[in-house]
Amino acid sequence: MKILVALKRVADPDNANKVKIPASGATIETTGLEWKPNPFDEYALEAALRLTENGQTPKVRAGEVVVVTFGPKETETTLRAALATGADRAIRVEATDDKLDGALVARALKTLVEREKPDVVVMGKQAVDGDSNQVGQILAELLDWPMATFAATVKEEAGALLVGREVDGGVITLRVKLPAIVTVDLRIVAPTSVYSSKTAPTFKYNDGVRFAALPAIMAAKKKPLVAVPLAELAADQSLQVTYHSFQAPPARKAGIKVKDVTELVNRLKTEAKAL
Amino acid sequence: MANVLVVAEAADGKLKKTTHSAITFAQKAAQALGGTFSILVVGDSVAAAAEEARALGADKVLVADDPSLEDYVAERYAPTVAEVGKGYAVVVGTASAYGKDLLARVAGRLGAGYASDISDVIIEGSTLKYKRPMFAGNAFGFCTIGTPIQVVSVRQSAFTAAEPTGSASPIEKVAVVAAGAAASRIEFVSFDQVKSERPELAEAKVVVSGGRALKERFNELLDPLADTLGAALGASRAACDAGYAPSDLQVGQTGKVVAPPLYFAVGISGAIQHLAGMKNSKVIVAINKDADAPIFQVADYGLVADLFQAVPELVKQLQVAKAS
Repeated sequence: MKILVALKRVADPDNANKVKIPASGATIETTGLEWKPNPFDEYALEAALRLTENGQTPKVRAGEVVVVTFGPKETETTLRAALATGADRAIRVEATDDKLDGALVARALKTLVEREKPDVVVMGKQAVDGDSNQVGQILAELLDWPMATFAATVKEEAGALLVGREVDGGVITLRVKLPAIVTVDLRIVAPTSVYSSKTAPTFKYNDGVRFAALPAIMAAKKKPLVAVPLAELAADQSLQVTYHSFQAPPARKAGIKVKDVTELVNRLKTEAKAL
Repeated sequence: MANVLVVAEAADGKLKKTTHSAITFAQKAAQALGGTFSILVVGDSVAAAAEEARALGADKVLVADDPSLEDYVAERYAPTVAEVGKGYAVVVGTASAYGKDLLARVAGRLGAGYASDISDVIIEGSTLKYKRPMFAGNAFGFCTIGTPIQVVSVRQSAFTAAEPTGSASPIEKVAVVAAGAAASRIEFVSFDQVKSERPELAEAKVVVSGGRALKERFNELLDPLADTLGAALGASRAACDAGYAPSDLQVGQTGKVVAPPLYFAVGISGAIQHLAGMKNSKVIVAINKDADAPIFQVADYGLVADLFQAVPELVKQLQVAKAS
């Protein structure tokens, strides 16, 4: 199976207090930000690796995993990290975030998919900077492919994937025939979430994403990484959505500490009138 | 034509409450555009849902009722929604799991710009400017859409549910558009519903959320508290990640965003992305062993205590308070 994984680097969500907005509100200040791969995309990569291996022999790739990102030169760090954990090749589409919107990324990915012909495109359900949750769905529509969004489990079948989606109030199970798009949610990296046809049903993964060993990090420097101009993938680079300004959210004031449960219940009852 | 189309969400033939938030948006947008709004109900045997929709003040209720639409998959719904949407300036739904899945696909089909999960709409003349929480809630972005049709999903907790106006909007049947190649390659296998007596997270008056600190005793500890309060159960991302709670309970920027009158954060440290999902709650109670946990910076009432003692004690006292 050949899988294309779309990865985005984002401002470290655990350090998002570093997201600064200048007084003009014209932009998000990116200097001083700590960059990290979008966590949902890291999970997408882990899912792709699991789908292209026997869980017992994770160093042997059964198929190919190609990672792609859109960004300036320094985003190649994100791609090299993906190569170190097991991806075979990487593509950087030369672009900057301010010149992209979800639809443009989807249009460019469509061209790339037509070129690469993967069986599956996997990506995070959303990037935790723009928080738009749209590229996978738009790409699926542009390609006229089936999609399974917010995937919590994926099982490979002959020519298809059986996908469990955690939605409001339960789990929807879909069977998508390949080629297809999968966008992943948090639980996709649980020990029993993803099974390729080669992995024994009794096999359990470690929880979370895998880490690259030092030799793999060194080896990743030699894996192929190409840069492609955005114009080569998308003739029309117009934006459908334009951001005009940004604003920091109002801070919420801290309240008081209560000494015990009794005081808490009393205050909720008499002061907050919340009970 | 500058009218607004609300894509309703129906389940078991009934209108879901999510729809009412999109209608509140539609009322505002239609007024700004000098137009009206219609409601589109899509599904199989949705007559009852359409009937409910009639009372919500729309100029008309459009119904695509067909056995082929029995189980929701975007591949089968999007063609019809997009076809109907072509006659509108704005297509809106609510950013529930359904809306997030469907509307982006509809936008792709229409070649329309999409503003997702908006928390407000600002009217500037006849221009709609959308306010979107971004960066795990650390920034609001204000954007406009430049395409002839605009697709929008609204954050349910940020738009109050529209009340029935007593209208009796006319019902109009719309043709179901034949689905394409994508639909022929997708099979709806099952929907395993988690039956719960509790209210839905997004609509609950009280939400009790637990964090990783609860470990395997997540439900043992929180179920009685939620039941006593008639609350919905939520969880931090860490608790979902660790498998103590299912992902659809996750409260946070990347999960559910809630703003109930009363919110309990139990054993939740208060990561930024969790705060983004609950900090608009009216009253926030935090219980945590760690006095320095960031959750206390947003809590109205903080209790530094061992959860495994404090929560059962709280349940006991709440039951007494309720009885008195």
